[in-house]
Amino acid sequence: MTSLWLIIGYVVLAPLIGGIISGLDRIITARMQGRYGPPVRQAFFDVFKLFEKQNLTVNRFHGYYLVCFLIFIIFSGILFFGGSDLLMVVFAFTVADIFLVLAAYSTNSPYCSIGAERELLQMLAAEPMLLLTAVGFYMVFGSFHVSVIYRAALGGKLPILYLPGVFLGLTYVLTIKFRKSPFDLSTSHHAHQELIKGLTTEFAGPSLALIEIAHWYETVLLLGMVYLFFAFVPIIGVIITLFIYFVEILIDNTNARIKWQLMLESAWLATLVLGGLNLLALYLFAMISKGG
Amino acid sequence: MFWIFFLILFPLIPALLLLVFKNPGAIKWIVLVSCAVICSAAIIMTVNYLQTGPGKQQVLYFPISSPMVDYLVGIGDIILALVFLFVCRRLPFKKLWIPLLVILQYAPVIYYDLSGRVPETTQYIFLDNLSIIMALIIGIVGSLITVYTIGYMRHYHEEHPEIPDRSNKFIATIFLFFFAMYGIIFSNSITWIYFFWEITTLCSFIMIGYSRTEEAVHNAYRALWMLLLGGLAYACAIIYLSSSCGTIELNTMLGMNQALVMAPILLICFAGMNKAAQFPFSKWLLGAMVAPTPSSALLHSSTMVKAGVYICIRCAPAVRNTLGGDIVALIGGITFLAASAIGISRRDGKQVLAYSTIGNLGLIILCAGIGTPLTLWAAVMLIIFHAVAKALLFLGVGTIEQQTGSRDIEEMHGLITKMPRMTLIMLIGIAGMFLAPFGMLIAKWAVLEALAKEGSIFPVIVIFGGSMMLFFWAKWMGQLVAVIRPEPRKEEGIGIEWLGLWPLAILTVLICAFYWVVGIYAVEPLFGTDPLLSLINIWMVLVMIVMMLMLPLGFLIHWKHLVHVEPYLCGANVKDPHMFMGALGKGRYWWFNNYYLNKYFNEKKVTFLTNTITTVLLVIMLFRWCLG
Repeated sequence: MTSLWLIIGYVVLAPLIGGIISGLDRIITARMQGRYGPPVRQAFFDVFKLFEKQNLTVNRFHGYYLVCFLIFIIFSGILFFGGSDLLMVVFAFTVADIFLVLAAYSTNSPYCSIGAERELLQMLAAEPMLLLTAVGFYMVFGSFHVSVIYRAALGGKLPILYLPGVFLGLTYVLTIKFRKSPFDLSTSHHAHQELIKGLTTEFAGPSLALIEIAHWYETVLLLGMVYLFFAFVPIIGVIITLFIYFVEILIDNTNARIKWQLMLESAWLATLVLGGLNLLALYLFAMISKGG
Repeated sequence: MFWIFFLILFPLIPALLLLVFKNPGAIKWIVLVSCAVICSAAIIMTVNYLQTGPGKQQVLYFPISSPMVDYLVGIGDIILALVFLFVCRRLPFKKLWIPLLVILQYAPVIYYDLSGRVPETTQYIFLDNLSIIMALIIGIVGSLITVYTIGYMRHYHEEHPEIPDRSNKFIATIFLFFFAMYGIIFSNSITWIYFFWEITTLCSFIMIGYSRTEEAVHNAYRALWMLLLGGLAYACAIIYLSSSCGTIELNTMLGMNQALVMAPILLICFAGMNKAAQFPFSKWLLGAMVAPTPSSALLHSSTMVKAGVYICIRCAPAVRNTLGGDIVALIGGITFLAASAIGISRRDGKQVLAYSTIGNLGLIILCAGIGTPLTLWAAVMLIIFHAVAKALLFLGVGTIEQQTGSRDIEEMHGLITKMPRMTLIMLIGIAGMFLAPFGMLIAKWAVLEALAKEGSIFPVIVIFGGSMMLFFWAKWMGQLVAVIRPEPRKEEGIGIEWLGLWPLAILTVLICAFYWVVGIYAVEPLFGTDPLLSLINIWMVLVMIVMMLMLPLGFLIHWKHLVHVEPYLCGANVKDPHMFMGALGKGRYWWFNNYYLNKYFNEKKVTFLTNTITTVLLVIMLFRWCLG
């Protein structure tokens, strides 16, 4: 029953929470840059306004792929908050991302295509760590199911104590998944040059609003994964999760965009070193405890 | 019992008929009727077998007491050896080691056979769930490919008038292939398997060299010697089993003391990996692309390479928890990783498909090497899903190549405007290879689940390989769906090919929706485990399948207030949106190619590295267990 409420809560509240986080993001970013910044509700105003605008489109397909993108993001969130298989959550998340990429490809515009290609590179860089996280949870809790992990965490078996390396690795690729600087290769919230609007170049009005809403769902889902590491005392978990998001904003504002080569290399290195070593340690401990 | 012999022997009839009849009408009807017969026979046999009820593992043995059959196979071996020597007759002196390989393996086997050193057996033929699954794959997927071949070969010879039309012999070879494949999967006698095994080698040699161009002949001989190497390992296993273990039955061998039969089992696994084109033997399968596309579809999906992984899965329970098994698994894992990496850097559609085959076979070998019930469950699922989706993709690429004149992925840019139906088929095939909730992903999910349980480095290999596959499939999909300026349709030329394409496409989707049926009725009784058959998982997959199937409906929605605009070109647009204003004030066409990341995933570099590692592993394996 709780899982049903969580699912409903996710579907209804995630855009709200995501929007507020996005608003806070803009305020904090503004303060870091010595500006005052917009009100928290600005993100909602923007989306409402986008819906009012003309629906400019290059062809009749791409808006449709975007709808699929949104649907699958929500679906993967439902799987996660419904306590389902963590691997399937990542796979559904990937499907959603593929639809975003297809939408961009289908426009057949050069900027969009570059963005699509770079989004694929971002997936190539981030995907291993996401799956490795799932495997890490499995090695500690013996199950991929979020509900099992969550219950065990509430029962006092705190994931972060067993998976510190995996957590750091996940935090590293989280920046890629949020498309924040230095990894805002495929698209960025800052419209300072054509190339970097990439993926979203051809999307305007309602289509862009869809992307924005999907992004809110995405944010909540990813933060949910972070929360899972600290799911012992809810309030502490939430504070740490928000702190992680604050760190992402800080990184966003203090780092210049890097080339995709460096992104790919560093993300894979982080995956192998932080995630891989963590898993190796778990494996060795299991061997020792089995032997003893 | 009847159906087994029927399935093995029946394909010989159309094969012989096709040697006699050359006119297109006759070929068409012979193929259609025989394929229908083979399909139905495989299905009837399955139904008969399953009537005992689901969930029961039963292995049926059919003893044959007449020594006649053994003589037949003995004579077959001698004939086959002579045929091999015959095809080598014109080889230059420096390639004399190819016939030497033939003599090296056939001389001892025939000698042992004639001198009565090969142990007696009566259990030549058996039937269990795995054979049933393989029989269905060969029967259904193979038949659909054969039907497609009729149309393909007609186009092929229109395009290449310089190549003499021997398409009746080509299709006859396909039926010979069926004969050999059915022989392999139903045989319990290792000498029998060896006989059929070498027939598949001969068939692929004939198919690869079909066009008789210099490249084709070169690749055919390369495939021949590489595959003969596997045959040699197999022959060694027979000699070893005859002289040291006193049995020639597959089931008896697998039941014996592990230490005693480790050597022959690893030799058979070696032959299996060789046939499944694992590194360092990947070259033969890549070279096989010069042949007409249906033969690639056949080699890659339902026959040939599947025989290799089949035999490895058979041997898997015996190598479980041994160092030898781990080495087999490692070679499979490295192959998966390397092939997925190289796939990123290839732009030739068929090559991408080939590397993805090699990679996925590597994954299956990895599962077999680990050998727990869970991984074997996943391996069998991988075989099923891969066979259907890969056959579809090869036939798709073959059709596109014939209609547009290119199989370069970059040339497929905007295919959706030129060939909407073919694009749909390709999208289904590609989605079937990597996207949730389609087949291969269900299997990969099971693999990860199974490997995580083992707790070793293998999950890392699977994760990285899978991510790289995702990259090259997704960018291919992207090229297909790009909507370009209207172009004339190019689908009119496709005729009987649809008869192979559509059923395969539908099968790809259906088999995902009903993977649990396959799991419960066919795979679970084999290994007695059901990692993904919990109700919630089945529902999850079904919901996603339904969501995916609803997608095409979405295109019917008429969006209101759409305002069409041209793509943004940074203000450098000229009137035509496919041009931009160049530096000299002239309009120039723009285009955008995909990334191929040659810096990281260069074919030569990765192949060299992988070949070195896997060769070392193989040598260690052979020295440690087979010579020591």
